[in-house]
Amino acid sequence: MKAIVSVLGEDKKGIIAKVSTALYDMDINVEDISQTIMQRYFTMIMLVNLEDSKLKFSQISENLSALGRETGVDIRIQSEAIFDSMHRI
Amino acid sequence: MISINEIIETNRMVQSQHLDVRTITMGISLLDCIGNTVEETAEAVYKKVKEKAGKLVATGEDIACETGIPIVNKRVSVTPISLITAKTGGAVKLAETLDKVAKEIGVDFIGGYTALVHKGMTDYEKEFIMSIPEALSKTDRVCSSVNIGSTQAGINMDAVRLMGKVIKDTAYLTADKGSIGCAKLVVFANAVEDNPFMAGAFHGVGEKDVVINVGVSGPGVVKAALEQVDGDLTEVAETIKKIAYKITRVGQFVAEEASRRLNANFGIVDLSLAPTPVKGDSVARILEEIGLECAGGYGTTACLALLNDAVKKGGIMATSHVGGLSGAFIPVSEDEGMINAVEKGILRAEKLEAMTAICSVGLDMIAVPGDTTAEVLSAMIADEAAIGVSNNKTTAVRVIPVYGKTEGRVDFGGLLGTAPIMKINTVSPAKFINRGGRIPAPVWAHKN
Repeated sequence: MKAIVSVLGEDKKGIIAKVSTALYDMDINVEDISQTIMQRYFTMIMLVNLEDSKLKFSQISENLSALGRETGVDIRIQSEAIFDSMHRI
Repeated sequence: MISINEIIETNRMVQSQHLDVRTITMGISLLDCIGNTVEETAEAVYKKVKEKAGKLVATGEDIACETGIPIVNKRVSVTPISLITAKTGGAVKLAETLDKVAKEIGVDFIGGYTALVHKGMTDYEKEFIMSIPEALSKTDRVCSSVNIGSTQAGINMDAVRLMGKVIKDTAYLTADKGSIGCAKLVVFANAVEDNPFMAGAFHGVGEKDVVINVGVSGPGVVKAALEQVDGDLTEVAETIKKIAYKITRVGQFVAEEASRRLNANFGIVDLSLAPTPVKGDSVARILEEIGLECAGGYGTTACLALLNDAVKKGGIMATSHVGGLSGAFIPVSEDEGMINAVEKGILRAEKLEAMTAICSVGLDMIAVPGDTTAEVLSAMIADEAAIGVSNNKTTAVRVIPVYGKTEGRVDFGGLLGTAPIMKINTVSPAKFINRGGRIPAPVWAHKN
Protein backbone atom coordinates (compact mmCIF):
# COMPACT_ATOMS: atom_id res chain seq x y z
CA MET A 1 0.00 0.00 0.00
CA LYS A 2 1.21 3.49 -0.83
CA ALA A 3 0.66 6.33 1.57
CA ILE A 4 1.33 10.02 1.94
CA VAL A 5 3.20 11.27 4.98
CA SER A 6 2.61 14.96 5.54
CA VAL A 7 4.64 17.02 7.97
CA LEU A 8 3.54 20.53 8.91
CA GLY A 9 5.01 22.85 11.48
CA GLU A 10 7.50 25.53 12.34
CA ASP A 11 10.76 25.11 10.44
CA LYS A 12 13.57 23.68 12.55
CA LYS A 13 16.72 21.63 12.07
CA GLY A 14 16.57 17.89 11.59
CA ILE A 15 12.89 17.37 10.76
CA ILE A 16 13.59 15.45 7.54
CA ALA A 17 16.27 13.38 9.27
CA LYS A 18 14.00 12.42 12.15
CA VAL A 19 11.04 11.47 9.96
CA SER A 20 13.24 9.52 7.53
CA THR A 21 14.87 7.62 10.38
CA ALA A 22 11.49 6.75 11.90
CA LEU A 23 10.27 5.46 8.54
CA TYR A 24 13.48 3.46 8.03
CA ASP A 25 13.07 1.90 11.49
CA MET A 26 9.59 0.74 10.50
CA ASP A 27 10.87 -0.70 7.21
CA ILE A 28 9.02 1.87 5.13
CA ASN A 29 10.53 2.98 1.82
CA VAL A 30 10.36 6.63 0.75
CA GLU A 31 9.61 6.91 -2.98
CA ASP A 32 9.27 10.64 -3.43
CA ILE A 33 9.65 13.80 -1.38
CA SER A 34 8.57 17.36 -1.94
CA GLN A 35 9.08 20.14 0.51
CA THR A 36 8.43 23.83 0.76
CA ILE A 37 8.05 26.66 3.24
CA MET A 38 4.47 28.00 3.15
CA GLN A 39 3.64 31.11 5.16
CA ARG A 40 6.65 30.46 7.47
CA TYR A 41 5.55 26.89 7.93
CA PHE A 42 7.65 23.92 6.98
CA THR A 43 5.59 21.63 4.77
CA MET A 44 6.84 18.26 3.58
CA ILE A 45 5.03 15.54 1.69
CA MET A 46 6.51 12.06 1.30
CA LEU A 47 5.16 9.28 -0.87
CA VAL A 48 5.98 6.05 0.97
CA ASN A 49 5.51 2.36 0.33
CA LEU A 50 4.33 0.22 3.25
CA GLU A 51 4.77 -3.14 1.50
CA ASP A 52 7.72 -4.33 3.59
CA SER A 53 6.59 -3.01 6.94
CA LYS A 54 5.39 -5.59 9.43
CA LEU A 55 3.46 -3.02 11.45
CA LYS A 56 -0.27 -2.35 11.22
CA PHE A 57 -1.31 0.96 9.65
CA SER A 58 -2.73 2.18 12.96
CA GLN A 59 0.61 1.46 14.70
CA ILE A 60 2.60 3.31 12.02
CA SER A 61 0.20 6.23 12.31
CA GLU A 62 0.53 6.28 16.10
CA ASN A 63 4.37 6.14 15.96
CA LEU A 64 4.49 9.06 13.54
CA SER A 65 2.02 11.11 15.62
CA ALA A 66 4.17 10.47 18.70
CA LEU A 67 7.28 11.63 16.83
CA GLY A 68 5.34 14.73 15.77
CA ARG A 69 4.44 15.50 19.37
CA GLU A 70 8.12 15.08 20.42
CA THR A 71 9.42 17.37 17.67
CA GLY A 72 6.63 19.92 17.80
CA VAL A 73 5.31 19.37 14.25
CA ASP A 74 2.18 17.74 12.93
CA ILE A 75 2.90 14.40 11.23
CA ARG A 76 0.19 12.29 9.67
CA ILE A 77 0.03 9.36 7.32
CA GLN A 78 -2.88 8.71 4.98
CA SER A 79 -3.57 6.27 2.18
CA GLU A 80 -2.54 7.78 -1.16
CA ALA A 81 -5.77 6.43 -2.65
CA ILE A 82 -7.98 8.94 -0.82
CA PHE A 83 -6.15 11.88 -2.40
CA ASP A 84 -6.25 10.28 -5.84
CA SER A 85 -9.94 9.68 -5.41
CA MET A 86 -10.61 13.25 -4.32
CA HIS A 87 -8.39 15.22 -6.68
CA ARG A 88 -8.11 13.13 -9.88
CA ILE A 89 -10.92 12.37 -12.31
CA MET B 1 2.34 12.44 -7.25
CA ILE B 2 -0.43 14.43 -5.59
CA SER B 3 0.63 18.04 -5.02
CA ILE B 4 1.33 19.59 -1.65
CA ASN B 5 -1.56 22.00 -2.13
CA GLU B 6 -4.04 19.19 -2.76
CA ILE B 7 -2.94 17.37 0.37
CA ILE B 8 -3.13 20.52 2.45
CA GLU B 9 -6.58 21.30 1.01
CA THR B 10 -7.92 17.88 2.00
CA ASN B 11 -6.46 18.03 5.47
CA ARG B 12 -7.71 21.57 6.06
CA MET B 13 -11.22 20.40 5.13
CA VAL B 14 -11.00 17.75 7.84
CA GLN B 15 -9.25 19.73 10.54
CA SER B 16 -10.96 23.10 10.40
CA GLN B 17 -14.06 22.62 8.25
CA HIS B 18 -15.51 19.42 9.72
CA LEU B 19 -15.34 17.28 6.58
CA ASP B 20 -16.35 13.78 7.53
CA VAL B 21 -18.23 10.77 6.33
CA ARG B 22 -21.43 11.03 8.33
CA THR B 23 -22.38 7.40 8.23
CA ILE B 24 -21.61 3.99 6.86
CA THR B 25 -24.91 2.15 7.03
CA MET B 26 -25.11 -1.56 6.40
CA GLY B 27 -28.48 -2.64 5.05
CA ILE B 28 -29.34 -6.24 5.96
CA SER B 29 -32.25 -8.23 4.62
CA LEU B 30 -34.13 -10.12 7.32
CA LEU B 31 -36.50 -11.90 4.93
CA ASP B 32 -34.68 -15.20 5.49
CA CYS B 33 -35.03 -14.85 9.27
CA ILE B 34 -38.82 -15.24 9.49
CA GLY B 35 -39.61 -18.16 11.79
CA ASN B 36 -42.75 -19.90 13.04
CA THR B 37 -42.63 -18.00 16.31
CA VAL B 38 -41.28 -14.55 17.17
CA GLU B 39 -38.67 -16.24 19.37
CA GLU B 40 -37.37 -18.19 16.38
CA THR B 41 -37.32 -15.04 14.28
CA ALA B 42 -35.55 -13.07 16.99
CA GLU B 43 -32.83 -15.69 17.29
CA ALA B 44 -32.24 -15.72 13.54
CA VAL B 45 -32.23 -11.91 13.37
CA TYR B 46 -29.74 -11.69 16.22
CA LYS B 47 -27.41 -14.18 14.53
CA LYS B 48 -27.62 -12.61 11.09
CA VAL B 49 -27.06 -9.01 12.21
CA LYS B 50 -24.20 -10.08 14.45
CA GLU B 51 -22.58 -12.10 11.67
CA LYS B 52 -22.95 -9.54 8.89
CA ALA B 53 -22.34 -6.33 10.85
CA GLY B 54 -20.07 -7.64 13.61
CA LYS B 55 -17.02 -6.03 12.03
CA LEU B 56 -18.76 -2.88 10.75
CA VAL B 57 -17.49 -0.59 13.51
CA ALA B 58 -13.89 -1.89 13.42
CA THR B 59 -13.82 -1.67 9.62
CA GLY B 60 -15.11 1.90 9.73
CA GLU B 61 -12.42 2.81 12.24
CA ASP B 62 -9.70 1.20 10.10
CA ILE B 63 -10.78 3.14 7.01
CA ALA B 64 -10.95 6.37 9.02
CA CYS B 65 -7.43 5.75 10.34
CA GLU B 66 -6.02 5.04 6.88
CA THR B 67 -7.66 7.96 5.12
CA GLY B 68 -7.52 10.50 7.92
CA ILE B 69 -11.22 11.24 7.26
CA PRO B 70 -13.42 10.72 10.34
CA ILE B 71 -16.33 8.32 9.90
CA VAL B 72 -18.74 9.60 12.50
CA ASN B 73 -21.44 6.91 12.61
CA LYS B 74 -21.69 3.24 11.79
CA ARG B 75 -25.25 2.03 11.53
CA VAL B 76 -27.45 -0.83 10.46
CA SER B 77 -30.76 -0.78 8.62
CA VAL B 78 -33.00 -3.82 8.28
CA THR B 79 -36.04 -5.01 6.33
CA PRO B 80 -39.23 -3.35 7.66
CA ILE B 81 -40.07 -5.22 10.86
CA SER B 82 -43.80 -5.03 10.06
CA LEU B 83 -43.09 -7.52 7.26
CA ILE B 84 -40.82 -9.75 9.34
CA THR B 85 -43.36 -10.08 12.16
CA ALA B 86 -46.54 -10.14 10.05
CA LYS B 87 -46.91 -13.89 10.55
CA THR B 88 -46.06 -14.16 14.24
CA GLY B 89 -46.67 -10.75 15.83
CA GLY B 90 -44.38 -9.81 18.73
CA ALA B 91 -42.75 -6.84 17.03
CA VAL B 92 -41.72 -5.20 20.31
CA LYS B 93 -39.76 -8.31 21.22
CA LEU B 94 -37.91 -8.02 17.93
CA ALA B 95 -37.21 -4.33 18.64
CA GLU B 96 -35.58 -5.41 21.90
CA THR B 97 -33.49 -7.96 20.02
CA LEU B 98 -32.37 -5.30 17.53
CA ASP B 99 -31.47 -2.96 20.39
CA LYS B 100 -29.46 -5.69 22.09
CA VAL B 101 -27.49 -6.64 18.99
CA ALA B 102 -26.93 -2.96 18.09
CA LYS B 103 -25.34 -2.40 21.48
CA GLU B 104 -23.21 -5.53 21.19
CA ILE B 105 -21.79 -4.65 17.77
CA GLY B 106 -21.38 -1.00 18.79
CA VAL B 107 -23.55 0.76 16.19
CA ASP B 108 -25.28 3.91 17.43
CA PHE B 109 -28.60 3.31 15.65
CA ILE B 110 -30.41 0.45 13.97
CA GLY B 111 -33.25 1.47 11.67
CA GLY B 112 -36.16 -0.48 10.27
CA TYR B 113 -38.94 -0.60 12.86
CA THR B 114 -40.90 0.36 9.83
CA ALA B 115 -44.25 -0.01 8.09
CA LEU B 116 -44.98 0.91 4.48
CA VAL B 117 -48.66 1.82 4.38
CA HIS B 118 -48.79 4.49 1.69
CA LYS B 119 -51.88 2.98 0.10
CA GLY B 120 -53.47 0.98 2.88
CA MET B 121 -52.87 -0.82 6.15
CA THR B 122 -53.47 -4.47 6.91
CA ASP B 123 -54.92 -5.17 10.36
CA TYR B 124 -51.50 -6.30 11.47
CA GLU B 125 -49.77 -3.19 10.12
CA LYS B 126 -52.19 -1.07 12.15
CA GLU B 127 -51.34 -3.11 15.24
CA PHE B 128 -47.64 -2.77 14.42
CA ILE B 129 -47.84 1.02 14.06
CA MET B 130 -49.62 1.22 17.41
CA SER B 131 -46.70 -0.69 18.98
CA ILE B 132 -44.17 1.98 17.94
CA PRO B 133 -44.42 4.09 21.15
CA GLU B 134 -43.78 1.01 23.30
CA ALA B 135 -40.92 -0.18 21.08
CA LEU B 136 -39.22 3.23 21.18
CA SER B 137 -39.68 3.57 24.94
CA LYS B 138 -38.18 0.13 25.63
CA THR B 139 -35.13 0.57 23.39
CA ASP B 140 -32.31 3.09 23.02
CA ARG B 141 -30.97 2.59 19.54
CA VAL B 142 -33.91 1.41 17.47
CA CYS B 143 -35.28 3.87 14.91
CA SER B 144 -38.73 3.75 13.41
CA SER B 145 -40.35 5.06 10.25
CA VAL B 146 -43.73 4.85 8.55
CA ASN B 147 -44.42 5.65 4.91
CA ILE B 148 -47.91 7.14 4.64
CA GLY B 149 -48.00 8.40 1.08
CA SER B 150 -46.49 8.15 -2.36
CA THR B 151 -46.84 9.93 -5.67
CA GLN B 152 -48.24 6.73 -7.18
CA ALA B 153 -50.70 5.92 -4.38
CA GLY B 154 -51.68 9.28 -2.92
CA ILE B 155 -51.88 9.83 0.83
CA ASN B 156 -53.27 7.27 3.26
CA MET B 157 -55.09 9.62 5.60
CA ASP B 158 -56.11 6.80 7.96
CA ALA B 159 -52.41 6.22 8.59
CA VAL B 160 -51.81 9.97 8.86
CA ARG B 161 -54.52 10.21 11.52
CA LEU B 162 -52.99 7.28 13.40
CA MET B 163 -49.47 8.74 13.27
CA GLY B 164 -50.57 11.94 15.06
CA LYS B 165 -51.64 9.76 17.99
CA VAL B 166 -48.54 7.56 17.76
CA ILE B 167 -46.26 10.61 17.97
CA LYS B 168 -48.19 11.92 21.00
CA ASP B 169 -48.00 8.53 22.72
CA THR B 170 -44.28 8.23 21.98
CA ALA B 171 -43.71 11.69 23.47
CA TYR B 172 -45.59 10.65 26.61
CA LEU B 173 -43.84 7.29 27.04
CA THR B 174 -40.40 8.90 26.68
CA ALA B 175 -41.32 12.06 28.66
CA ASP B 176 -38.52 11.40 31.16
CA LYS B 177 -35.95 11.99 28.39
CA GLY B 178 -37.43 15.07 26.72
CA SER B 179 -39.75 12.90 24.59
CA ILE B 180 -36.66 11.63 22.76
CA GLY B 181 -38.60 8.71 21.28
CA CYS B 182 -40.07 11.14 18.74
CA ALA B 183 -36.55 12.02 17.54
CA LYS B 184 -36.27 8.39 16.44
CA LEU B 185 -39.56 8.31 14.55
CA VAL B 186 -39.99 9.60 10.99
CA VAL B 187 -43.22 9.81 8.99
CA PHE B 188 -42.45 9.70 5.28
CA ALA B 189 -44.05 10.27 1.94
CA ASN B 190 -42.15 8.67 -0.95
CA ALA B 191 -39.73 6.92 1.43
CA VAL B 192 -36.59 5.54 -0.24
CA GLU B 193 -35.29 2.01 0.26
CA ASP B 194 -31.58 2.84 0.47
CA ASN B 195 -31.40 5.81 2.82
CA PRO B 196 -28.30 5.58 5.05
CA PHE B 197 -29.42 8.38 7.40
CA MET B 198 -31.32 7.91 10.63
CA ALA B 199 -33.94 7.91 11.89
CA GLY B 200 -35.51 7.01 8.55
CA ALA B 201 -33.22 4.24 7.31
CA PHE B 202 -34.66 0.84 6.44
CA HIS B 203 -33.53 -1.87 4.05
CA GLY B 204 -36.00 -2.12 1.20
CA VAL B 205 -37.31 -5.40 -0.15
CA GLY B 206 -35.89 -4.52 -3.58
CA GLU B 207 -32.35 -4.59 -2.18
CA LYS B 208 -29.66 -7.29 -2.14
CA ASP B 209 -28.96 -9.30 1.00
CA VAL B 210 -26.25 -7.08 2.50
CA VAL B 211 -25.54 -3.60 1.19
CA ILE B 212 -23.31 -0.69 2.18
CA ASN B 213 -24.79 2.80 1.83
CA VAL B 214 -22.72 5.84 2.71
CA GLY B 215 -23.81 9.33 3.67
CA VAL B 216 -21.29 12.12 3.25
CA SER B 217 -21.34 15.52 4.83
CA GLY B 218 -19.50 18.80 4.75
CA PRO B 219 -21.57 21.99 5.19
CA GLY B 220 -18.49 23.60 6.77
CA VAL B 221 -16.40 22.89 3.67
CA VAL B 222 -19.02 24.48 1.40
CA LYS B 223 -19.26 27.55 3.62
CA ALA B 224 -15.47 27.95 3.76
CA ALA B 225 -15.26 27.77 -0.05
CA LEU B 226 -18.02 30.39 -0.43
CA GLU B 227 -16.18 32.76 1.92
CA GLN B 228 -13.66 33.22 -0.92
CA VAL B 229 -16.32 33.99 -3.56
CA ASP B 230 -17.25 37.60 -4.34
CA GLY B 231 -18.80 36.85 -7.73
CA ASP B 232 -22.37 36.39 -8.86
CA LEU B 233 -24.68 33.46 -8.16
CA THR B 234 -23.42 31.44 -11.13
CA GLU B 235 -19.99 31.54 -9.54
CA VAL B 236 -21.54 30.57 -6.20
CA ALA B 237 -23.22 27.55 -7.83
CA GLU B 238 -20.01 26.53 -9.64
CA THR B 239 -18.01 26.73 -6.40
CA ILE B 240 -20.53 24.52 -4.58
CA LYS B 241 -20.47 21.99 -7.43
CA LYS B 242 -16.69 21.63 -7.31
CA ILE B 243 -16.65 21.17 -3.54
CA ALA B 244 -19.57 18.73 -3.68
CA TYR B 245 -17.63 16.68 -6.22
CA LYS B 246 -14.64 16.37 -3.88
CA ILE B 247 -16.77 15.61 -0.82
CA THR B 248 -18.66 12.92 -2.72
CA ARG B 249 -15.45 11.33 -3.98
CA VAL B 250 -14.55 10.73 -0.35
CA GLY B 251 -17.90 9.02 0.16
CA GLN B 252 -17.43 6.90 -2.96
CA PHE B 253 -13.98 5.79 -1.83
CA VAL B 254 -15.18 4.91 1.67
CA ALA B 255 -18.23 3.06 0.30
CA GLU B 256 -16.08 0.99 -2.08
CA GLU B 257 -13.55 0.15 0.63
CA ALA B 258 -16.19 -0.70 3.25
CA SER B 259 -18.12 -2.90 0.78
CA ARG B 260 -14.98 -4.80 -0.21
CA ARG B 261 -13.75 -5.34 3.34
CA LEU B 262 -17.14 -6.35 4.70
CA ASN B 263 -17.98 -8.60 1.77
CA ALA B 264 -21.11 -6.57 1.07
CA ASN B 265 -22.58 -4.99 -2.04
CA PHE B 266 -21.90 -1.35 -2.79
CA GLY B 267 -25.30 0.32 -2.60
CA ILE B 268 -25.32 4.08 -2.97
CA VAL B 269 -23.70 7.30 -1.86
CA ASP B 270 -26.16 9.78 -0.41
CA LEU B 271 -25.21 13.31 -1.46
CA SER B 272 -26.89 15.05 1.44
CA LEU B 273 -25.25 17.97 3.18
CA ALA B 274 -25.87 16.92 6.77
CA PRO B 275 -25.21 19.47 9.50
CA THR B 276 -24.28 18.83 13.13
CA PRO B 277 -24.84 21.06 16.17
CA VAL B 278 -21.11 21.97 16.13
CA LYS B 279 -20.30 25.55 15.15
CA GLY B 280 -19.03 25.69 11.56
CA ASP B 281 -21.01 22.65 10.40
CA SER B 282 -24.31 24.34 9.56
CA VAL B 283 -26.45 24.45 6.39
CA ALA B 284 -28.18 27.64 7.58
CA ARG B 285 -24.82 29.39 7.73
CA ILE B 286 -24.20 28.50 4.06
CA LEU B 287 -27.43 30.30 3.14
CA GLU B 288 -26.23 33.29 5.14
CA GLU B 289 -22.83 33.15 3.40
CA ILE B 290 -24.63 33.33 0.05
CA GLY B 291 -26.03 36.64 1.22
CA LEU B 292 -28.85 36.46 3.77
CA GLU B 293 -28.72 38.40 7.02
CA CYS B 294 -30.30 35.42 8.73
CA ALA B 295 -31.75 32.11 7.55
CA GLY B 296 -35.54 32.24 7.53
CA GLY B 297 -35.99 35.62 5.86
CA TYR B 298 -37.12 36.13 2.26
CA GLY B 299 -34.55 34.67 -0.12
CA THR B 300 -34.02 31.59 2.05
CA THR B 301 -35.96 29.24 -0.21
CA ALA B 302 -34.15 30.49 -3.34
CA CYS B 303 -30.70 30.16 -1.73
CA LEU B 304 -31.56 26.67 -0.55
CA ALA B 305 -32.78 25.69 -4.03
CA LEU B 306 -29.48 26.87 -5.51
CA LEU B 307 -27.46 25.02 -2.87
CA ASN B 308 -29.45 21.79 -3.15
CA ASP B 309 -29.21 21.73 -6.93
CA ALA B 310 -25.49 22.53 -7.04
CA VAL B 311 -24.68 19.83 -4.47
CA LYS B 312 -26.47 17.26 -6.63
CA LYS B 313 -24.86 18.39 -9.87
CA GLY B 314 -21.41 18.26 -8.33
CA GLY B 315 -21.99 14.99 -6.56
CA ILE B 316 -23.64 12.97 -9.31
CA MET B 317 -20.51 12.58 -11.41
CA ALA B 318 -18.44 11.70 -8.35
CA THR B 319 -20.22 8.47 -7.50
CA SER B 320 -21.29 5.44 -9.48
CA HIS B 321 -24.65 5.24 -7.69
CA VAL B 322 -26.49 8.16 -6.14
CA GLY B 323 -29.29 7.32 -3.77
CA GLY B 324 -30.83 7.83 -0.37
CA LEU B 325 -32.22 11.29 0.21
CA SER B 326 -29.48 13.32 -1.46
CA GLY B 327 -30.15 16.95 -0.69
CA ALA B 328 -29.37 19.54 1.94
CA PHE B 329 -30.82 18.55 5.32
CA ILE B 330 -32.45 21.21 7.44
CA PRO B 331 -32.98 19.58 10.84
CA VAL B 332 -33.56 22.37 13.31
CA SER B 333 -32.03 20.86 16.45
CA GLU B 334 -28.98 19.52 14.63
CA ASP B 335 -27.91 22.78 12.99
CA GLU B 336 -26.39 25.63 14.98
CA GLY B 337 -27.45 28.25 12.42
CA MET B 338 -31.03 26.96 12.27
CA ILE B 339 -31.31 27.04 16.08
CA ASN B 340 -30.03 30.62 16.03
CA ALA B 341 -32.56 31.63 13.36
CA VAL B 342 -35.46 30.02 15.25
CA GLU B 343 -34.47 31.59 18.56
CA LYS B 344 -34.28 35.03 16.94
CA GLY B 345 -37.85 34.49 15.74
CA ILE B 346 -36.80 34.86 12.08
CA LEU B 347 -37.16 31.26 10.98
CA ARG B 348 -40.75 30.17 11.57
CA ALA B 349 -42.64 26.95 11.00
CA GLU B 350 -44.27 28.19 7.77
CA LYS B 351 -40.93 29.13 6.20
CA LEU B 352 -39.52 25.76 7.17
CA GLU B 353 -42.40 24.12 5.35
CA ALA B 354 -41.63 26.16 2.23
CA MET B 355 -37.97 25.11 2.44
CA THR B 356 -38.96 21.46 2.50
CA ALA B 357 -40.55 21.82 -0.94
CA ILE B 358 -37.12 22.12 -2.56
CA CYS B 359 -34.71 20.15 -0.38
CA SER B 360 -34.47 16.94 1.57
CA VAL B 361 -36.13 16.00 3.64
CA GLY B 362 -38.88 17.70 5.53
CA LEU B 363 -39.92 19.12 8.88
CA ASP B 364 -37.03 17.58 10.71
CA MET B 365 -36.15 17.60 14.40
CA ILE B 366 -38.62 20.29 15.29
CA ALA B 367 -39.73 20.57 18.89
CA VAL B 368 -43.28 21.84 19.36
CA PRO B 369 -45.35 22.47 22.50
CA GLY B 370 -46.31 19.27 24.35
CA ASP B 371 -49.98 20.24 24.29
CA THR B 372 -50.13 20.22 20.47
CA THR B 373 -53.11 18.05 19.55
CA ALA B 374 -52.79 14.78 17.65
CA GLU B 375 -54.95 16.31 14.88
CA VAL B 376 -52.56 19.22 14.40
CA LEU B 377 -49.61 16.79 14.22
CA SER B 378 -51.52 14.71 11.67
CA ALA B 379 -52.27 17.83 9.65
CA MET B 380 -48.56 18.78 9.67
CA ILE B 381 -47.85 15.32 8.30
CA ALA B 382 -50.58 15.66 5.68
CA ASP B 383 -49.19 19.01 4.48
CA GLU B 384 -45.65 17.62 4.21
CA ALA B 385 -46.91 14.52 2.46
CA ALA B 386 -48.85 16.72 0.00
CA ILE B 387 -45.64 18.58 -0.85
CA GLY B 388 -43.77 15.29 -1.38
CA VAL B 389 -46.51 13.53 -3.32
CA SER B 390 -47.23 16.52 -5.56
CA ASN B 391 -43.55 17.24 -6.26
CA ASN B 392 -42.53 13.61 -6.68
CA LYS B 393 -39.95 13.84 -3.92
CA THR B 394 -39.37 12.44 -0.46
CA THR B 395 -40.71 14.47 2.43
CA ALA B 396 -40.85 13.62 6.08
CA VAL B 397 -41.95 14.80 9.48
CA ARG B 398 -39.86 14.23 12.57
CA VAL B 399 -41.54 16.41 15.13
CA ILE B 400 -41.24 16.27 18.91
CA PRO B 401 -44.22 17.47 20.98
CA VAL B 402 -42.19 17.78 24.18
CA TYR B 403 -44.37 16.36 26.92
CA GLY B 404 -45.06 18.81 29.74
CA LYS B 405 -43.33 21.75 28.02
CA THR B 406 -44.71 24.59 25.95
CA GLU B 407 -41.64 26.81 25.58
CA GLY B 408 -37.89 26.89 26.14
CA ARG B 409 -35.39 24.37 24.88
CA VAL B 410 -35.02 20.63 24.97
CA ASP B 411 -31.63 18.91 24.81
CA PHE B 412 -31.41 15.45 23.21
CA GLY B 413 -27.63 15.13 23.47
CA GLY B 414 -25.07 14.18 20.85
CA LEU B 415 -25.87 14.53 17.17
CA LEU B 416 -29.60 14.99 17.87
CA GLY B 417 -28.72 18.37 19.38
CA THR B 418 -30.84 20.97 21.13
CA ALA B 419 -34.22 22.13 19.91
CA PRO B 420 -35.97 25.38 20.77
CA ILE B 421 -39.69 24.68 21.13
CA MET B 422 -41.33 26.41 18.15
CA LYS B 423 -44.66 28.17 18.17
CA ILE B 424 -47.01 26.62 15.65
CA ASN B 425 -50.47 27.35 14.35
CA THR B 426 -52.98 25.48 16.52
CA VAL B 427 -56.22 26.13 14.62
CA SER B 428 -58.12 22.84 14.54
CA PRO B 429 -57.95 20.62 11.45
CA ALA B 430 -59.88 17.91 13.34
CA LYS B 431 -62.77 17.54 10.89
CA PHE B 432 -60.39 17.15 7.93
CA ILE B 433 -58.20 14.62 9.76
CA ASN B 434 -61.11 12.59 11.12
CA ARG B 435 -62.65 12.14 7.67
CA GLY B 436 -59.98 9.48 7.00
CA GLY B 437 -59.76 7.69 3.68
CA ARG B 438 -57.22 8.38 0.99
CA ILE B 439 -56.21 11.50 -0.87
CA PRO B 440 -55.99 10.34 -4.50
CA ALA B 441 -52.69 10.35 -6.35
CA PRO B 442 -51.99 13.56 -8.31
CA VAL B 443 -52.81 13.55 -12.00
CA TRP B 444 -49.14 13.58 -13.07
CA ALA B 445 -48.55 10.30 -11.21
CA HIS B 446 -50.33 8.53 -14.06
CA LYS B 447 -47.53 8.35 -16.57
CA ASN B 448 -47.89 4.86 -17.98
